[in-house]
Amino acid sequence: MSGLLEEMTEKALRLNIPLNVQLDLTYRCNERCVHCYLDHNDHGEMTTAEIKHLLEEMADAGVFVLTLSGGEIFLRKDFFEILEHARRFMFCVKLKTNAVLIRAREAARLLDLGVESIQISIYSHRPEVHDAITLVPGSLKRSLDAIRFLKSQGLKVVIANVLMTQNMEDYPGVRALAAELGVECTLDPTVTPMMDGDRSPLNLGVEHSSLRQVFRDASLVGDVEQFCSIPPKPGESDLEARPCSAGHTACYVSPYGDVFPCVQFPLPTGNVRRQRFVDIWRRSDQMNEVRSIRLKDLTCTACTHVSTCTRCPGLAFMEGNMRGPSTQDCEKSFARTGIPSANMLAKKRSAVSLVQIRPVTEPSNTPATGAFA
Amino acid sequence: MSRLYVSRNPRVAARSIDGEMMIMSGRDSTLFTLNKTATVLWQSADGNTPLDEIVERRICVEFEVEPGQALLDAESLARELASHEILQLSERPIPQPTTAKHGESR
Repeated sequence: MSGLLEEMTEKALRLNIPLNVQLDLTYRCNERCVHCYLDHNDHGEMTTAEIKHLLEEMADAGVFVLTLSGGEIFLRKDFFEILEHARRFMFCVKLKTNAVLIRAREAARLLDLGVESIQISIYSHRPEVHDAITLVPGSLKRSLDAIRFLKSQGLKVVIANVLMTQNMEDYPGVRALAAELGVECTLDPTVTPMMDGDRSPLNLGVEHSSLRQVFRDASLVGDVEQFCSIPPKPGESDLEARPCSAGHTACYVSPYGDVFPCVQFPLPTGNVRRQRFVDIWRRSDQMNEVRSIRLKDLTCTACTHVSTCTRCPGLAFMEGNMRGPSTQDCEKSFARTGIPSANMLAKKRSAVSLVQIRPVTEPSNTPATGAFA
Repeated sequence: MSRLYVSRNPRVAARSIDGEMMIMSGRDSTLFTLNKTATVLWQSADGNTPLDEIVERRICVEFEVEPGQALLDAESLARELASHEILQLSERPIPQPTTAKHGESR
């Protein structure tokens, strides 16, 4: 983080200002990505007028960076009207899209409206792999064509490459493609559960050995020895740290007006159709609870990894406790350092004890929980 | 001497936090913050009010500074901000979209 940005973030924390908001304009989508966590049916999206009003409330509340995402944002027929309104209120607007619907005309309009950056999901440099993830034949070609249209306008494009079992081997190819196109590339090995709690998408997540390989790729992490080193014991001040920006300087608003601490943190805190955005941000009990949590309050504070862990409170919440561990992040810490987290060790102990109390007469193929039935 | 008109560049992103304006350049996403005096200049840069009037009516009144020096400082600041494409300068009034805002929050 640059010094100035850090300074502004500190100020926002002190004044309780939501500097960054992600607003999903729709959950509808023209792709059907195998790992997607959304329900793509429209259950009553905010109208154009509602969104414009919300943008004005957000500007009043001090929101600076506005990320418009979805679903696929270009499926909203009023997308450019919304974007124009956002820019009129001088938000720093970032877009997340699959870019399938962006052609030369749309790219020129985005430039004209002063969009800061456009993040585009690319899963592989090979059409057979990318299209098998989006389930839309020809989608890679269309997304890449769009990147070229955007670049020809001089716009900033970022390729987002989510790593899964299907495309794990392709990230060097995606990075080479990004370099060829002259755009940035981010890599994320996190696959999240569905918003309704269904955890089946997690089966698509990369395996331990693959994650270990990624964390030892110097082209990604820099100094591998340092990146994979055993974290230092946290000091008292480390334990006073905030887990992440969710609820502190950032939040998320769904297409239905529901406000959450983060897109990955499905704890409802209010709805902008019934309450003012700033009132939800400042007064919601749930938002204030999230805001009150410090590292020292976590149930896994004693874990070796606490000072460097990327624990996502939203993923922890989806596992049942926002103050608890997030197993996916435990696995990342393990893959990085080779040391299992406290959570992983506890789970292992608990699994062993279940086996030990199984009655000798129990058939060997009965699930362990059957012992309690 | 011709008068100088100043206008906010509509390509930037801006938000006022605690009286200080945070501005992101549309050219290269560089972040700037303006102190309270520069923020007043930014907020007053409507393309129609000459810089000397902004200095006289806003800056001198709000900050109790000597008008001659304040105008020199304001011109220097306006030119610096223009070099970062944050402000636009002209010797004629600069037409503005009537609905354009200046990033103020309440």
